[in-house]
Amino acid sequence: MKTKHITEAVMHAVFFICGMLAIAFVALISLYIITAGLPAIKEIGLGEFLLGTVWKSTAAEPSFGILPFILTSIWGTLGAIVIGVPVGVLTAVFLSKVASPRVASIVRPAVDLLAGIPSVVYGLVGMMVLVPLMMQVFHLDNGTCLLAAMLVLAIMILPGIVSVSETALNAVPPEYEHASLALGATWMETIFKVSLPAAKSGIGAGVVLGVGRAIGEAMAVMMVAGNVPNMPGLFKSVTFLTTAVAKEMSYASGLQRQALFSIALVLFIFIMLVNGLLGRVLKRGEKE
Amino acid sequence: MSTMQATLNASGVRAEKAAAPSKLRLRKAKSAVLLGLVYTAAALTCALLIGLIGYIFVKGVPHITWQLLSTAPSALKDTIGILPNILNTLYIVAFSLLLALPLGVGAAVYLTEYATSRRLISLVEFATEALAGIPSILYGLVGMLFFAQMLGFKTSLLSGGCTLVIMILPTIIRTTQESLKTVPASYREGALGLGATKWYMIRTIVLPSSLEGIITGCILAVGRIVGESAALLFTAGVGTVIAKNVFAAFSRSGGTLSVALYMYVSERGEFDVGYAIAAILMLLVLGLNAATRLVRNRMKKKEGAQ
Repeated sequence: MKTKHITEAVMHAVFFICGMLAIAFVALISLYIITAGLPAIKEIGLGEFLLGTVWKSTAAEPSFGILPFILTSIWGTLGAIVIGVPVGVLTAVFLSKVASPRVASIVRPAVDLLAGIPSVVYGLVGMMVLVPLMMQVFHLDNGTCLLAAMLVLAIMILPGIVSVSETALNAVPPEYEHASLALGATWMETIFKVSLPAAKSGIGAGVVLGVGRAIGEAMAVMMVAGNVPNMPGLFKSVTFLTTAVAKEMSYASGLQRQALFSIALVLFIFIMLVNGLLGRVLKRGEKE
Repeated sequence: MSTMQATLNASGVRAEKAAAPSKLRLRKAKSAVLLGLVYTAAALTCALLIGLIGYIFVKGVPHITWQLLSTAPSALKDTIGILPNILNTLYIVAFSLLLALPLGVGAAVYLTEYATSRRLISLVEFATEALAGIPSILYGLVGMLFFAQMLGFKTSLLSGGCTLVIMILPTIIRTTQESLKTVPASYREGALGLGATKWYMIRTIVLPSSLEGIITGCILAVGRIVGESAALLFTAGVGTVIAKNVFAAFSRSGGTLSVALYMYVSERGEFDVGYAIAAILMLLVLGLNAATRLVRNRMKKKEGAQ
């Protein structure tokens, strides 16, 4: 009987420790990113670091301004959202409201599959198909550009937006739609004026998730964006926050290496802001 | 609120209809255009997938040769082989699952069976969400700083594996938690009523009933590991040497298939090898996807039978 009690107590403790691991890991990650990121910001100066427009990390007189990276990340993410969200939401409408169950049961796994494709594969296809296409269509000397990165990101965030939006659309009470139809609205009017507005907080959550994914993506973007620290322009080779870190980390040392950690810190802050926003959108959805 | 408004709008439109029949035609045309847009978007999504898979297989499959699959790259013979990368991928998948599975399931069990404080539960859930939202490149950096440097694991499969454990933990916690929640409370009450202790009840009733959910979580986690590259670049590195044994493999740098794809394509311009690896990765993704669906269907059947 006594050993039984001991076993119970031990297992309780073991499960408790497992439960606390997630918190411990978040703390560990935050701690490391912040402590590794601060020294370079202190040395360079916060203003110069965030607002400087020139990044010459390996020059004899190095300059560490990451404004181009920040703006590129913001523009790239915005572009991905502008392209990806309409397609994603409309696909979700198709799955939830238009397609017959049989058709939906074929399209849905296809969307899931899209979500499972590794980012390097997206990068490879982007590099071999999209980049040459950019060169041809827009007569560029070099096809690696912000627009190519936006398109790749748009495809990568598509499945997430589709599945979250579909769940939100499925949760709309059918009474709303029936009422609208009974009042004489067409099915499409009902979907676009009743169902979509009713599902907007769920769709909003999907969009925010997409923002998080787009802003954090590194490898696929690295393969199509050209990795030149230019200020963003649709047809210019650019560097994202993520790619700046990924590209230079392998050979960086000294202040340059520390500056890369500072870029990671900026990225981390962006992600935390996005997470906070996500929490608020979800909470508002629950209230409604 | 907005729904009410929308409904009112619709009725407003209805009143106008009687006044002007041409407006009805306009509305019908608008609806048709919207429907067209919906179909176009769905078709685009499907076309993207089919195009991607088709392109990768057409370009990649012809380059998958026995020599590629069964050898290590040799500078002497000037040949490329991806056997080390395949082995590294298998090792790192096994290692990460072996560690993350008990930890993740344990965390989920704690959340659904033990924890009583609402605030603590929501704090853990918040942390899990936060972990899931952190980009893999940041995992890579922290893994490099903590496992490779601080703990002295160096750039090795071990560092990479440990980093991935943290990364896949949220996936396993969440799917396990979901399936634990579907275990009927009457099962638990029945077991406890018969005099089973809590741990005995969890071991013999709760965990077996949620086995499918746990397996689904594992498959999803394997998919994430196989596709991961940014988190491994600076932790597990890009090594391509076949180790003598498993312990040796974990103590030295080793690139997985995804990392190898990036290295061959971006650093060495070996596009054919890149396509071949991409085709192999796609096959793996397709297989994992089918496996998930199989398990989910079984789960549904079981739920239906109850």
